[in-house]
Amino acid sequence: MKKSVLIIFLLVLASCSSNDNQHEEYTPVPAKLKIPKLFEDKLIKPVIPSNNPLTEEGIALGKKLFFDTILSKDNSQSCASCHNPKKAFSDETPFSKGVNGKFGSRNAMPLFNLAWNFDERFAWDGKEFGLEKQAIEPVQNPIEMHSNWNTVIEKLQQDNTYLDLFQKAFNTNKISQDLVTKALAQFERTLISGNSKFDKFLRNEVQLTPEEQNGFNVFMDEARGDCFHCHGSNNNPLWTDNKFHNNGLDATFSDLGLGKITGDPADNGKFKTPPIRNLSFTTPYMHDGRFATLEEVINHYSEGIRVSSTIDPLIKKANQGGVKLTAKDKADLKAFLLTLNDYDFINNSDFQQP
Amino acid sequence: MKRNILLLISTVFILFSCSSNTEEVPQSVNITLKFTHNWNGTPVTASDFNTIKFTNKNGEKISIERLRYVVSNITILPVDLSNTSLADGVLGFGVTRNFINLKEKEGLSLETFAFTGIKKIGFRFGFSDFENNDGIYQDLNSANFNVPAMLGGGYHYMQFDGKYLDTNNQEQPFNYHAIRAIDKTVTPNITKDTSFRVDLGEVNITGDAEIEIKMNIAQWFENPNTWDLNKLNTVLMPNYNAQLLISENGKSVFSLGKVTYK
Repeated sequence: MKKSVLIIFLLVLASCSSNDNQHEEYTPVPAKLKIPKLFEDKLIKPVIPSNNPLTEEGIALGKKLFFDTILSKDNSQSCASCHNPKKAFSDETPFSKGVNGKFGSRNAMPLFNLAWNFDERFAWDGKEFGLEKQAIEPVQNPIEMHSNWNTVIEKLQQDNTYLDLFQKAFNTNKISQDLVTKALAQFERTLISGNSKFDKFLRNEVQLTPEEQNGFNVFMDEARGDCFHCHGSNNNPLWTDNKFHNNGLDATFSDLGLGKITGDPADNGKFKTPPIRNLSFTTPYMHDGRFATLEEVINHYSEGIRVSSTIDPLIKKANQGGVKLTAKDKADLKAFLLTLNDYDFINNSDFQQP
Repeated sequence: MKRNILLLISTVFILFSCSSNTEEVPQSVNITLKFTHNWNGTPVTASDFNTIKFTNKNGEKISIERLRYVVSNITILPVDLSNTSLADGVLGFGVTRNFINLKEKEGLSLETFAFTGIKKIGFRFGFSDFENNDGIYQDLNSANFNVPAMLGGGYHYMQFDGKYLDTNNQEQPFNYHAIRAIDKTVTPNITKDTSFRVDLGEVNITGDAEIEIKMNIAQWFENPNTWDLNKLNTVLMPNYNAQLLISENGKSVFSLGKVTYK
């Protein structure tokens, strides 16, 4: 009699413990970035936080979240609404429209090669430190998704598909802001652009036209374009220094840029150097999208420089308006810049709307 | 790997030293090489950037906005090199380098080790030609410190940017960039290794220490060539003669500072 009571008691105990673990333990599959050989050869390792290692399930979840309107207040907008994969994850309008129909004041930055932003300062003004933290703000920004994280988490928590995906990615079905942003960051780190015509040229697979070659020389010539000091080179395939500069757009500043973040007047008017890959897709240009065409951008550096107290000393001949390129050098410079378009990146099925 | 080699050498040295009971055994100690910057004795930090507050020997008022440079092959060697043993501290094998970025406080301190005794400390400003190969250093590529192939490739030794007041009291930029000199006005082009060895003198290392290496920024404009920014300001990279002048002036820029025992 005593033995049978004990057995029943143990069975009850065992059944209680199994009820606490309705979801089986799942070990996500570690994933690796598909790093182009040129990046492997030339650059230090990408930034992947130790508390957010890449996994197949984390990346898949991040992709679903990136394209899901569930993150916005009225389920009308996703990250991709302003970061369109067909536009190298940027927006075709100078400013992007939020859920309430209001426009922001900055052009949506393109998203690629983000894991090689070694200083980890994101956005035009560097206000966000780390890719995971960057993902927090747009969800709650009143002129962007205008939601709040508690609501987002509640909506996700009621979705069985997401419960399953979080379980697989993070071994928990308790969804949190921390896990959502980690998944988004994992997906964003996979957005790698490194297979343009110029990359193929560096791999000795194709030749440049004489115009493209001269354009590259203009880019690299300190006495002509002198673009390489900020925008990378054949030895820095990021094509950006990921630093902040005042590139002579304005004599006075309506937008302080980095200066508003640091509080240092010496940083006023400084904005992040954007990468110059995929320029055919990332129009319009500059932090406020003021230039619709590459010709306008080149003309700015050639004749349109405006002097201010914080203008970068690398902007040469600023008092004369710019470096005064010839018409041929301008055209060839544009031809070279277009060799940095990466159609494989734009059309990569891994990066499209699911 | 380099640390492992040094560790192995240290171990070998200790094994050999065990056989001698009478000689004083040099001890391995921790050394911090601390790079500091001054303008004729007045300390310069990133907080002094972006303001026209310095005056060079030629009388031009200037600001500093960027100061990044590379030193390579730092050595801490016995005064009498004939007594050099494997145990003495050559900091790494092959090319070692320290990338110093004053504004972002990168590389201002370098942790290493040395053996006790009277040592000579030195390094190379920039890279020797042998080590200045195009695109081979991932850290410097990532820091965008390359020199275009049309100028011989390799790396900047230094990027020193700022503004000066010209003769009309108008702000103008200067880009005092040091690279291997190249003369493109002749065919074939002439190149000249304008990096240089800096010998800081002797230090009696008796224990864990911080050794200060000082850069007097004013000297770049001063000795032996009084620099006229109205004549030499930007586009100095393809200017062969300017690179020779920069190299000459650099030789009096560095000096040994305080040695502080911990």
